[in-house]
Amino acid sequence: MNREQVSRTLQQHGAAMVLGVLVIVGSLAFDSFATPENAASVVVSSSFLAIIAIGMTFVIISGGIDLSVGSLFVLGGVLAAYGSRSGPLVALLLPLAVCGAVGLLQGLVIARTGMAPFIVTLAGLLGVRGLMLAISDEGATTYLVEDRAFAALGQGQLLGLSYPVYVTAALALAAMVLLQRTGFGQNVYAIGGNEQAAALMGVPVARTKVYVYVMSGLLAGLAGALNAARLSSGVTILGIGLELDAIAAVVIGGTLLTGGAGGITGSVAGVLLLGVIQSLINQVGSLTSAFQQVVSGAFLAFVVVAQRLLSKAQRLT
Amino acid sequence: MAELTHDRGGRPAGRAAVLKPQVYAWVQDYGVYAAVLALLLFNVLFTPHFLDAANFRTQLVQVTPIVIVSLGMALVIGTQGIDLSVGSVMALAAALTVLYLGYGWLPALVVAVIGGAVVGAAGGALVAYVGVQPIVATLALLVGVRGLANVLVPQLVEFRNPGLIALGSSSVAGIPVIVLIAAALTVIVLFVVRRTTFGRQVVAIGGNRSASELSGLPVKRVLLTVYVISGLLAALAGVLATARLQASDPTSLGQFIELSAITAVVVGGTPLTGGRIRVLSTVMGALLMQLLAATLIKHNLPQSWTQMVQAVIILAAVYATRKRGTR
Amino acid sequence: MRRTELTADSVAGPEPVLEARGVTKRFPGVLALDGVSLALRPGEVHALVGENGAGKSTLIKVFTGVYRPDGGELRYRGAPAAFATPMDAQHAGISTIYQEVNLVPMMSVARNLLLGREPRGRFGVIDAAAMYGEAERVLAGYGVETDVRRPLRTLGVGAQQMVALARAVSVDARVVIMDEPTSSLEPREVETLFGVIAKLRERGIAVMYVSHRLDELYRVCDRVTVLRDGRLAHTGPLAGLDRLRLIALMLGRDLDEVRSAGLTSFDRAGQPRANGQAPVVEARGLTRRHVLDGVDVSVRPGEVVGLGGLLGAGRTETAKAIVGALPLDGGQVLVAGAPLRGGSTAAAIRAGVSLLPEDRKAEGIIPTLSVRENIALAALPALGRAGVVSEARIDKVVEIFMRRLRIKAASPHQLVSELSGGNQQKVLLARWLAVRPKVLLLDEPTRGIDVGAKAEVQALIDELAREGLGVLLISSDLEELVEGADRILVLREGAVVGELSGDEVTEERIMATIAEQADG
Repeated sequence: MNREQVSRTLQQHGAAMVLGVLVIVGSLAFDSFATPENAASVVVSSSFLAIIAIGMTFVIISGGIDLSVGSLFVLGGVLAAYGSRSGPLVALLLPLAVCGAVGLLQGLVIARTGMAPFIVTLAGLLGVRGLMLAISDEGATTYLVEDRAFAALGQGQLLGLSYPVYVTAALALAAMVLLQRTGFGQNVYAIGGNEQAAALMGVPVARTKVYVYVMSGLLAGLAGALNAARLSSGVTILGIGLELDAIAAVVIGGTLLTGGAGGITGSVAGVLLLGVIQSLINQVGSLTSAFQQVVSGAFLAFVVVAQRLLSKAQRLT
Repeated sequence: MAELTHDRGGRPAGRAAVLKPQVYAWVQDYGVYAAVLALLLFNVLFTPHFLDAANFRTQLVQVTPIVIVSLGMALVIGTQGIDLSVGSVMALAAALTVLYLGYGWLPALVVAVIGGAVVGAAGGALVAYVGVQPIVATLALLVGVRGLANVLVPQLVEFRNPGLIALGSSSVAGIPVIVLIAAALTVIVLFVVRRTTFGRQVVAIGGNRSASELSGLPVKRVLLTVYVISGLLAALAGVLATARLQASDPTSLGQFIELSAITAVVVGGTPLTGGRIRVLSTVMGALLMQLLAATLIKHNLPQSWTQMVQAVIILAAVYATRKRGTR
Repeated sequence: MRRTELTADSVAGPEPVLEARGVTKRFPGVLALDGVSLALRPGEVHALVGENGAGKSTLIKVFTGVYRPDGGELRYRGAPAAFATPMDAQHAGISTIYQEVNLVPMMSVARNLLLGREPRGRFGVIDAAAMYGEAERVLAGYGVETDVRRPLRTLGVGAQQMVALARAVSVDARVVIMDEPTSSLEPREVETLFGVIAKLRERGIAVMYVSHRLDELYRVCDRVTVLRDGRLAHTGPLAGLDRLRLIALMLGRDLDEVRSAGLTSFDRAGQPRANGQAPVVEARGLTRRHVLDGVDVSVRPGEVVGLGGLLGAGRTETAKAIVGALPLDGGQVLVAGAPLRGGSTAAAIRAGVSLLPEDRKAEGIIPTLSVRENIALAALPALGRAGVVSEARIDKVVEIFMRRLRIKAASPHQLVSELSGGNQQKVLLARWLAVRPKVLLLDEPTRGIDVGAKAEVQALIDELAREGLGVLLISSDLEELVEGADRILVLREGAVVGELSGDEVTEERIMATIAEQADG
């Protein structure tokens, strides 16, 4: 392998490698780290962020960003709990419909007016949070999940792992195929890499963008719904600011914020990495969760600096 | 003129689609002032007790931290950057203030502001020297610095330092001191942007970085300085907010203020694409959002409405800017 | 010349595949195309020429569905046509290759080549192996042998251009429009391109070939259409139309005038202007891996030194290295005998060396600022005290240079992005003159600006040199180089391969010098 290939490999799989190292180090250092229970807890608690990060990966590869996912996650949870009174189907479909519609709206505004995704989804963040507050009496009402079948979706277990983990895995696989092996996926890479060229090459730029934001909205809503099922309630405070975690995970996973490059495996590795860091810090009994933020922030900074140096190395060859 | 027309003939992309550009230009330049004026008028007419001095004072005091933070944000956005770390810097400043309050309120303030400058320098170094995108560089700081503040001061700490309390609650000629400080900072930033070499260089770098480099501008140093200023102002806002609260609350102080600041800047008509800084309009943007929230609350509309209306206003403001941008 | 039988102009030719009839296109305040007619026939290679602003790109954009004409008619395959989008035109069979490679740099070569028509396997999912195989097969036909899995950006510009070409042609095209396709190709690649064009001709595909390089036009084109000021100036067979006549048609100048005055506005009446003086700037052994190989350049006060060579020979890189904008592996720059700190443009500017960059839009103007701010930019530290600028002094400097360079703007406060290319270039010149340099490095100072502004810029270079300024002139326009420079250094593959002065400064000698080395 030459230098360029080495740096490309590091960029694409660096997160997975660091994840591997951390898991090994953690297993050696703490007896209670490499237990099935702990592994399950990391995987389960990561799965909701992972679902959001999958959508975010598409958005970022397309050259955009979606700040509304944290609010959509909360809204999805509230709607799911609210809808669970009318049965499991409504509990699942109501958040998907509303969050998908928000994504559609954002996508249309971004694609049609050419306004910056950052701003449009920032407005989305505020607007959706407002909407969530409006239907929950300014956050005062917490709807409980009253449908057992729906609650089972979040709490039921198979082989020691709860259902959301399998949902996440299935979604990740589907997203990988979608991204690598379909025309739509190619279009996402193309508009993120060079939008003008993509348009001239026949990529339906506007439509692709709209799909990407719809997907991101749907996935955020789904994650919120599953989370509500797990907690048996539509919590109105959890998940605010989750968009930043999702972006961090995607960036750590090697997806370039400038668009045009990246992948699902990296993002999933990025999410797990954040989860493992948190778990390791919990292992050190004396450290508070605030330390986790310090480490995550430092790690994110480290990753972006490394990425920067790697892409410089690639350009030199 | 003949020459002018030639070139336009060559590449007129997007030109035909622009409708009444002067209307958009006007909205972009003065829209925020008009909106503030309209809201004021509405309130004078329809909101009871709106003209009370006490009400005015409350509104101004509440908006002060946002104004101070958005001054720095305007500079950063002028360079085509963004600073997400400001809220966490406020929290760090709150933590440092209470930690060093034993030495007196002034030394504590100085330490807090230095802390903010250091965080700004870290972000600026990542952006200017390493070439990391501003949004990720400052995102890392947002996460890490908030954590650091919480590690330093894990829970809310009340304090009784009379000097600091006075800073937060005393008034001169009926105007709260912190409002005066914000006004003074606005004037200083305005002067820096309009009349100094540095200010011109900031705008030029935002407009075209490689041209600025080839023109011999100290691009990296200017970028670094801009983030340092942003960190400094955020820290100052953090100290003032802490003084007003009479408690240090690193867990929640300044949360989401980066969004409010970005909103103020954007609503004020500064384009996110850089190359332009509108200081007074930014302050107006912050005032507009505050006034809007106050108006809705006074008329018994809940917070949820405020956020939804804010969303619409952000979109409208950027939409108007966009038209200008394509010219 | 060889193909007159194909190009019989009027009734005898085959039915045009693509035709513009009296097409008019208006933009606010501008008539970009004024009743232009052009017929493109199957199997012909049709040259489209004209100066900047003549309407070439507007016409291409009308053909490719970017613009819709305001008047006149567009006909495709014998029927009126209206393409709503570039995609419509592409689907109909009109492919375009743009001057700058319009592909996606970070995607792999194969994915770029086959985007939108990747081979599908089971479940309609892309069959990666088949995709790579097909990409390799297609590209081999264009002389590109590479790992098609690699990102496109790792290829050379020429190879990228070939991928773009292969992509454009492999779509079932009936018409291929090439906009300056050779501007970034190596000679070998140009030959490959011409081979492809010959094949297209055999297949009965119509090619519209836009280029400024007359040699190429005469080699590959059958007919030519000349546009000037948005109007049709000439259309007809290329064979029999002599070169000078073609230039005269493009410029709208009298043939005799062209012959007697040359094509530039330099007035090199005297002999070399800088005899005996010590060099004001001297670069020694500038070296950077793969880019520059021990380049020595010196410029004396009042001397215009030309840098000749093909694209990619290292001319721009030499200029950038001198001002410290290109990191070097070795070499040194001396200004008035004192070594310059490397890697600092600011230090170079302070020492009196300034660069007018090649890419005006990307590296020159600050589009969000006014004419005034753009002119004052580099001189700002000198136009104030203690970091506070003096508006009065700026106004004075700006006024002086706007008048001297005859910058046409509504006011100094007009946005620079609203000016024409020529006036933008003058603003940049003013920016540099305002810092009172000892040496100006001019990289393609007249590219992309209209004839009038070009003449003014050339006259200004003359005037500045006469006043004692040292000038390093880079130009792809051989005429400009020969008539403007006292001495010419010819670069090839990052090294100086010849120096011409006095009577040796002729186009033939420059070309011979480049060619000599090319053989060896």
